[in-house]
Amino acid sequence: MTKPAIRFEKVSRHFGDVIAVDAVDLEIQDGEFFSMLGPSGSGKTTCLRMIAGFDRPTLGQIFLYGQEVSSLPPFERDVNTVFQDYALFPHMTVGDNIAYGLMIKKVAKPERMKCVDDMLDLVQLKGYADRKPSQLSGGQRQRVALARALINHPKVLLLDEPLGALDLKLRQQMQVELKSIQKRVGITFIFVTHDQEEALTMSDRMAVFNQGRIEQVGTPSEVYEKPATSFVAGFVGTSNLISGDVAKRITGSDKTFSIRPEKIYLGSRSDAPSEKMYSANGTVRDVIYLGLYTRYLVNLDDGGDLVVIEQNLKTTSMDVLKTRDQKVCLSWDKEHISRVGG
Amino acid sequence: MNRLSGYFFQRQKLVTLLLLSLPMIYMLVVYLGSLVSLLINSFYYLEEFTGLVVKEFTLGTYAQLLKPTNLGIFRRTAGMALAVTVMDAIIAFPLAYYIAKFASPRLRTYLYIAVTLPLWSSYLVRVYAWKLILSKEGIVSWFVDLFHMNFALDWVLSIPGVGGSSLSLSPLGMFIAFCYIWLPYMIVPIQTALERVPRSLIEASSDLGATPSQTFRNVILPLAFPGVVAGSIFTFSLTMGDFIVPQSLGTSRFFIGQAVYSYQGTAGNIPLAAAFTMGPVVIMIVYLLIARKLGAFDAL
Repeated sequence: MTKPAIRFEKVSRHFGDVIAVDAVDLEIQDGEFFSMLGPSGSGKTTCLRMIAGFDRPTLGQIFLYGQEVSSLPPFERDVNTVFQDYALFPHMTVGDNIAYGLMIKKVAKPERMKCVDDMLDLVQLKGYADRKPSQLSGGQRQRVALARALINHPKVLLLDEPLGALDLKLRQQMQVELKSIQKRVGITFIFVTHDQEEALTMSDRMAVFNQGRIEQVGTPSEVYEKPATSFVAGFVGTSNLISGDVAKRITGSDKTFSIRPEKIYLGSRSDAPSEKMYSANGTVRDVIYLGLYTRYLVNLDDGGDLVVIEQNLKTTSMDVLKTRDQKVCLSWDKEHISRVGG
Repeated sequence: MNRLSGYFFQRQKLVTLLLLSLPMIYMLVVYLGSLVSLLINSFYYLEEFTGLVVKEFTLGTYAQLLKPTNLGIFRRTAGMALAVTVMDAIIAFPLAYYIAKFASPRLRTYLYIAVTLPLWSSYLVRVYAWKLILSKEGIVSWFVDLFHMNFALDWVLSIPGVGGSSLSLSPLGMFIAFCYIWLPYMIVPIQTALERVPRSLIEASSDLGATPSQTFRNVILPLAFPGVVAGSIFTFSLTMGDFIVPQSLGTSRFFIGQAVYSYQGTAGNIPLAAAFTMGPVVIMIVYLLIARKLGAFDAL
């Protein structure tokens, strides 16, 4: 087996009294599209900066394909970065920006030009080489930043919330494009984001950060379906957390569990739930009709609230609004709950 | 009161007009007006026998500027302005770089105050202070004497065009005083330009394999260049127009400012003084055109 692209060994980064990254262990495999997801201040960007070399770990070691790199300056690491603000050089043309890495390496000009053309082709910006970055739109700058970072064929490409400044449509388009570019070049991508949807759509695997620690590492479906902690359950998608006495009455154990709102079936009390289901009685308190689906807030008789989402397969807004204040029985597959710690 | 506010709110153009009218009148009448009057005066001439200004169009006054002594004045002044500008840029850049990129916010404030502090005191006082520092019995001579380096000072002072009878009476002394006096005007624009270079650009450059010196050459210097040019406009034009420093510290050879001062004063030759003044204006225009050609304003 090949060595992991990136390995963190008990890596910590302290800023004065603040512990930004707290003894993180992590392995990222060769060729993976790996996302680091977390709220701002959770340490994900600091981790990325330590891989790039802009920051050094206070404790611990970072390995790049088996080589210990934590004390190497950025210009001696075979890693390139796409910055959040793109960081294009304003005094250079798009072509010169992309060629920067090769110019530093003293690659001859004709060869440089050829590589720039290939890169412009890859990011679909043919014919833009002579423009200045200020003449480009946000999405185009984004592509230039990507091309500039890829031209050196780094072992690992780091992306620091690169889609954050784009509007929704463009962001979704770039998500698909980034993924396809990654497949084509076969380079390990490490993608930092605070947008859980982005992480879920794009990653092969992802790590969820919170307060300097990794809460869970796994494939998007693992993280979504089986959140390991209550933080993950709450941060990745919406989730109902049930604990204590209510949990005990439903499942027989007072351990906290989470259940996704879309997994809950909203039925009448006369329906007898099957053996494979958990069930709880409640009253619909609030109904929000959202076109594609409807969100219900249900008060459980035993206490606590549950959010339920149902697709509007047959129902119209008139139908769903009638369910307000009705007594209902909620049920869900036993397999769909996830016991969470913390 | 409310109705008045409402009236103005709906008439933004009127508000703009009201706000701008006073500065515009000032600009047009006092500022541009005096420049135009200067230009007009430079085309009159002084009748030598009567000593009166004749208000007839002539290029004769400009022709006088081409006399060897007057050309010498231009050459001397422009040369000094250029030397001062280069020296100030060399001194200011590392200082500005340190203030902008390395100093802590607290230290930055102190350094900023330290840089601008001399501007709080009178310009004349500072020039005379330099006269004392550089004079024969001054602190510089005292130090030179202390280290038995008199031969070196004598050697420097013996260089024609640079030296003189003492530091305070030589072009070199003038150069030192000019460099000191205009230095803040060079530091501040460079510092501002450097502060506007985002850290991510420097990181991006090193991320792409550039060593710190390569990053400096390829990213920091080009982006700070407009600041250097802005500073050089100050140092260059201020040196060209100054008459206090050459009068207090220099030799008997005239600079443009002194020439203007003396012609418009006792000599009463306003046309020639005006023509002399147009000289620096033209030189500055040429200077700015060259700066633009060099791409100094591209990154603005």
